[in-house]
Amino acid sequence: MPHRKVGFGLSSIGHAVVNGVSRLGFASRFFLVTLVSSGASFRRIHLTIREIYFTGVMSLIIILVSGLFVGMVLGLQGYETLQKYGSESALGSLVALSLVRELGPVLAALLFASRAGSAITAEIGLMKATEQLSAMEMMAVDPISRVVAPRFWAGVISMPLLAAMFSAIGVFGGYLVGVVFIGVDEGSFWSQMQAAVDFRQDIVNGVIKSVVFGIAVTAIALFEGYDAPPTAEGVSHATTRTVVTSALVVLGLDFILTVFMFRGV
Amino acid sequence: MERTTLDMWVGAFVVGGLVALLILAFKVGNLGGYDGSETYKVYGEFDNIGGLKIKAPVKSSGVVIGRVSAIQFDNTTFRAHVEMRLSKNYQFPKDTSAAILTSGLLGEQYIGLEAGGDEENLENGDKFKLTQSAIVLEQLIGQALFSKAADEGDNKSAVK
Repeated sequence: MPHRKVGFGLSSIGHAVVNGVSRLGFASRFFLVTLVSSGASFRRIHLTIREIYFTGVMSLIIILVSGLFVGMVLGLQGYETLQKYGSESALGSLVALSLVRELGPVLAALLFASRAGSAITAEIGLMKATEQLSAMEMMAVDPISRVVAPRFWAGVISMPLLAAMFSAIGVFGGYLVGVVFIGVDEGSFWSQMQAAVDFRQDIVNGVIKSVVFGIAVTAIALFEGYDAPPTAEGVSHATTRTVVTSALVVLGLDFILTVFMFRGV
Repeated sequence: MERTTLDMWVGAFVVGGLVALLILAFKVGNLGGYDGSETYKVYGEFDNIGGLKIKAPVKSSGVVIGRVSAIQFDNTTFRAHVEMRLSKNYQFPKDTSAAILTSGLLGEQYIGLEAGGDEENLENGDKFKLTQSAIVLEQLIGQALFSKAADEGDNKSAVK
């Protein structure tokens, strides 16, 4: 009996590995096909604009509110610690650097994954379950270029804009708490911030990060939707997987990008 | 939703994102500074630069007039070779001295310029003749301990 148990365990590990690798292969192929057939999403730009409305504009409220509160909390907590060392004038650079470099892109990507990514997965999964995608194929309309590619580009365009707005409103939140409520000197708040934040090193790198996260989150959401088993349970599992996988991928990618971008120079 | 309203919302969204980026670049970042103006290079050799970093400000009377653009170790004089870019709007006499100073007790280090009295001005590629190194805390403490020990030694010999 123990032999059979061991054998069963091994075979299930093998099955999981083979399954995972082939899913990864399918995902890469799907990603490539999306890129190749994305010409239509620019030729018929209104398809993409429609999707930017659903992924970008509809995520605005949650992004702006979260950004404001994250900035306000940073202002409060940063002040708590900095005033112990008598350097509360560095509050501006603390708030701006942590938002522009890390919190802006990462938190915006996590919120984007749960707000827009899950919706994309559910939508495409249901389209597949109700055989709308097959119907399109039947009418000689390529579902990848008509449905998938516009959503991909909408996500890639929206994500950096959302991250920039998150950082900007976060800095405003930090200003609100630090300068308006607590009373840190306004001049040193802004001047220390401007002295510490470098355009090329901090802001451009933050934008690059958010573009990468946008590609990753949207590609994962689209693939999970497209790959979902055409059942109610399958779509619900796929939606959950989108959020979990995107969050893990975003955090992992963030670490890798940070290692390459900021080496403490 | 109608095409036109939808377009308007998406347009507003894109404009909002770009405005946020501009705010980050000019209000939060350093793009709004004097960077647009032309600069000239001057050099200084220091025995010890302490924690001076590239992009550290160069100030005179507390006003930022330039930035440190490169730091190298000169293997012939065995001193630190610091390249600075000063804004062309500010001209200094040839015998101006440069010192590495610290803003506040724990603040960042910067280069402070003290204008001299020469008739001629510094030009592109000139070198500061007078420089003062950064203060190294360990050396200060060492000196203080040494002089204290010397004092005590004197006192003891005086008692004898």
